[in-house]
Amino acid sequence: MAEEAVISKFPNPFPRPKTNRGWISWVMTVDHKRIGTMYGITAFVFFLVGGIEALIMRLQLARADSDLVSPEVFNQLFTMHGTTMIFLVVMPIGAAFFNWMIPLMIGARDVAFPRLNAFSYWLFLSGGLFINLSFAFNAAPNAGWFGYANLTEVPYSLGDNTTFWLIGLQLLGVASLAAAFNFIITIINLRAPGMSFMKMPVFIWMSLIVQILLVLAFPVITVALIELQFDRLYGTNFFNPVAGGEPVFWQHMFWLFGHPEVYILILPAMGIVSEVLPTFSRKPLYGYPFVVMAGASIAFMGFFVWSHHMFTVGLGPAANAAFALSTMAIAIPTGVKIFNWIGTVWGGQVRLQTPMLFSLAFVALFIVGGLSGIAHASPPTDAQQQDTYFIVAHFHYVLFGGSMFGLFAGVYYWWPKFTGKRLGETLGKWHFWLMFIGMNITFFPMHWVGLDGMPRRIFTYPADSGWETINSWSTIGAFIIALSILLFIVNYFRTWRREPTYEADPWDGRTLEWSIPSPVPVYNFKEIPTVEYLDDWWAQKYPESVNAEPRERSPGQPAPAGAEDMLPLNGQDVSSYGASSYGDDEDHGIHLPDKSYYPLIAAVGFAFFGGSLMSAWWLTLIAGFIMMFGIMGWIFEPVNDPPPEEENPGGHPEGYSAEAGH
Amino acid sequence: MWTFLGSECMFFGSLIATFLVYRNQSTTGPFPDEIIDVPITTVSTFVLLMSSLAMVLALNAVQRNQANLGRFWILMTALLGTIFLGFQAFEFNEFFNEGLTPRVNLFGTTFFVLTGFHGAHVTVGVIWLLVMAGVITPKGLSAWTLLGAVLGAYAILVGILGLLDVIRNLSDVGAVIFIAAGAVVMVAAGLKHFSIPTKLNVASQAGNLEVTALYWHFVDIVWIVIFTVVYLVSANDSIETSEAIISGLHGGG
Repeated sequence: MAEEAVISKFPNPFPRPKTNRGWISWVMTVDHKRIGTMYGITAFVFFLVGGIEALIMRLQLARADSDLVSPEVFNQLFTMHGTTMIFLVVMPIGAAFFNWMIPLMIGARDVAFPRLNAFSYWLFLSGGLFINLSFAFNAAPNAGWFGYANLTEVPYSLGDNTTFWLIGLQLLGVASLAAAFNFIITIINLRAPGMSFMKMPVFIWMSLIVQILLVLAFPVITVALIELQFDRLYGTNFFNPVAGGEPVFWQHMFWLFGHPEVYILILPAMGIVSEVLPTFSRKPLYGYPFVVMAGASIAFMGFFVWSHHMFTVGLGPAANAAFALSTMAIAIPTGVKIFNWIGTVWGGQVRLQTPMLFSLAFVALFIVGGLSGIAHASPPTDAQQQDTYFIVAHFHYVLFGGSMFGLFAGVYYWWPKFTGKRLGETLGKWHFWLMFIGMNITFFPMHWVGLDGMPRRIFTYPADSGWETINSWSTIGAFIIALSILLFIVNYFRTWRREPTYEADPWDGRTLEWSIPSPVPVYNFKEIPTVEYLDDWWAQKYPESVNAEPRERSPGQPAPAGAEDMLPLNGQDVSSYGASSYGDDEDHGIHLPDKSYYPLIAAVGFAFFGGSLMSAWWLTLIAGFIMMFGIMGWIFEPVNDPPPEEENPGGHPEGYSAEAGH
Repeated sequence: MWTFLGSECMFFGSLIATFLVYRNQSTTGPFPDEIIDVPITTVSTFVLLMSSLAMVLALNAVQRNQANLGRFWILMTALLGTIFLGFQAFEFNEFFNEGLTPRVNLFGTTFFVLTGFHGAHVTVGVIWLLVMAGVITPKGLSAWTLLGAVLGAYAILVGILGLLDVIRNLSDVGAVIFIAAGAVVMVAAGLKHFSIPTKLNVASQAGNLEVTALYWHFVDIVWIVIFTVVYLVSANDSIETSEAIISGLHGGG
């Protein structure tokens, strides 16, 4: 066969190591769980970086006429805080959950394209490091996360600050796109038998919608960034007013991406909350089809509201009125969701454990942010509030109070599935309450200073403005949030040192991921499940809830079915962190994708290629070669190595890892 | 692949939208009516459309397990695509000589970036087709053939970029050396490769080739839109229409 011939002919300079331990097994992994873990850890590190940037800004603003940091540094801080939190924190934490949970919730053994998945992660990491590398050159991006032209054009933005920003963002965009293709195909093609679209968990629905948004929105920002890059590096005229270019066109392009982007940030959290609330209320989600369709219509309408970011640009009354109407219309599906969540909790047997607390706080804080959002959906009101701290308060209520609370709910909810042990409940509650109180102390007063006229992005303000007291409160609140995150880290380490409990289904969950052992074995499902109902695992455990006879295939409780899986295979030490506690994956006989170096090589080459555009052309040539080498090796490397007779039994994993060090 | 093409639609949609928004916005010449040569581009458009026909025939042959015929049509598709790229290189060169560069005005900026990105897509398609032509053989693709082909193509690309002054530090002589060396390496690799006799089941590659074909047809269809928008619709845009639009904007705004 032609295909096999191709395989055997290609000398593979980087043969696959066989080891499942040590750093090398992480670097070349294609396992969705390990990639998800790496996404999560990386994003959390960036979260700390972005948080420190925020704390420095809050310290600067705590006092009037403060000179803690210079205006230039302040510009870099708010730009990097926004860029980091959006592209390097909320999106990748979402990606961590997609990676972990999509295969588990749809009953699959991995994503559709495991190596592409690894490529996405490495490119995301390279892009994130690349943007932050700019600090080393004292050239951190300083033109705002929205990079308004023509302030980002060469005459107004000397130095490499903006170039770092736009190339880094393009790398991240490619990473997100690759991941999005992967997840769409996974959800469409790899669902367990019987799981029709309307039997998918809501989180899977929201994931699918987010990926479609990514696929449609990211090319727009990519083109805008390419145009800006050509302007900056090659002297074209896209946003050069002297030659007839229109800075406002940048704003259209940016927000045509930017508004779907905010739904990319919030919908994963909505999906998580839609899983947590039913579980901790012991009730099915109220109005499942409405929640799904509301999510889809939010995403669809998200493409028709972008100009509400531009009410004060002067697009004329007709455009402003149309976009005000479409913006207010989005409140309808959002309201539908909120009533459905309330309806889910209503009359349920509510257990106020940490994931539930975060989810309830999500609903409450999102309502606050949503209401202030409706306030500036009206152009005259917005003319007053544009570029004030009122806007800052609004989007921190939806992005921090919304997205981050939802994501933390997911962290506490699925932690037992990741690691086989729950995060500490007492510290978790301390974390929650401090974060909840700190968040409100920080951001609620910003509504007042905003309405009083305090502009965004100023590095200081005069003492007679009367804003000092309120700003001091915000700073105190920010440090309370920091304390709560510190407690989360403490909780993480204390949990790490505890013995795993291997509870497969600690919360009495409803969806398929709770039907398999914790931590999840490398092959996920020993036997691919057959789905008959929405919340199929619940229906299996409680057949009376769907008026069905108990199924023969799986007994009511997980323990008897997979008892041997409840303990780590081969008696391996599982006290180390989460996904590394896999058993030896040789003896289960389940076909899994093999590991590969090439995604890493291709991703690093790609990032190097992007970065090299800022310097000498021959560097670009070298980078282009590395990239093509990675892609070619990837194409011609078989998805799976040939069966045993060609394997070298004397192969030394150590030897391989030494080779990889080059 | 369909999801990827969906995102490509938005990519080219944005570029074409940019072109349309900036139509007639140039403040200085050269203007399209002084530059654009519709008949020549019609020929190159025809060539590209014919390459789609060849692609269909190639896929059909491979699906019926006719290796030689399939490989012939794949190479024909790649050849037609390369001819199209030749037309584009010629056109770019002409425009440069007549004073239209990406820097001189908005028309140049939007024209070169839009058609340039399309040309880059065609180039990727040609490389992909060549790889597929190599795969449709009994012994598969030898690594050294592949390496030769890739290195050769890469050198040619570098040379062309040097000639077009995208890589500014590369002299024209250096660029020609790059192109010549690349061509020699590619031809050598091709000769070595296609000297291997063919008699094998290639239908197993039909699925892969179908994905290639999807991409190729997409690039073709995008060109139809670009040809319509850039050449047919905008060819008569002149200094008068630009001034009328610009003054209209400022007067009526």
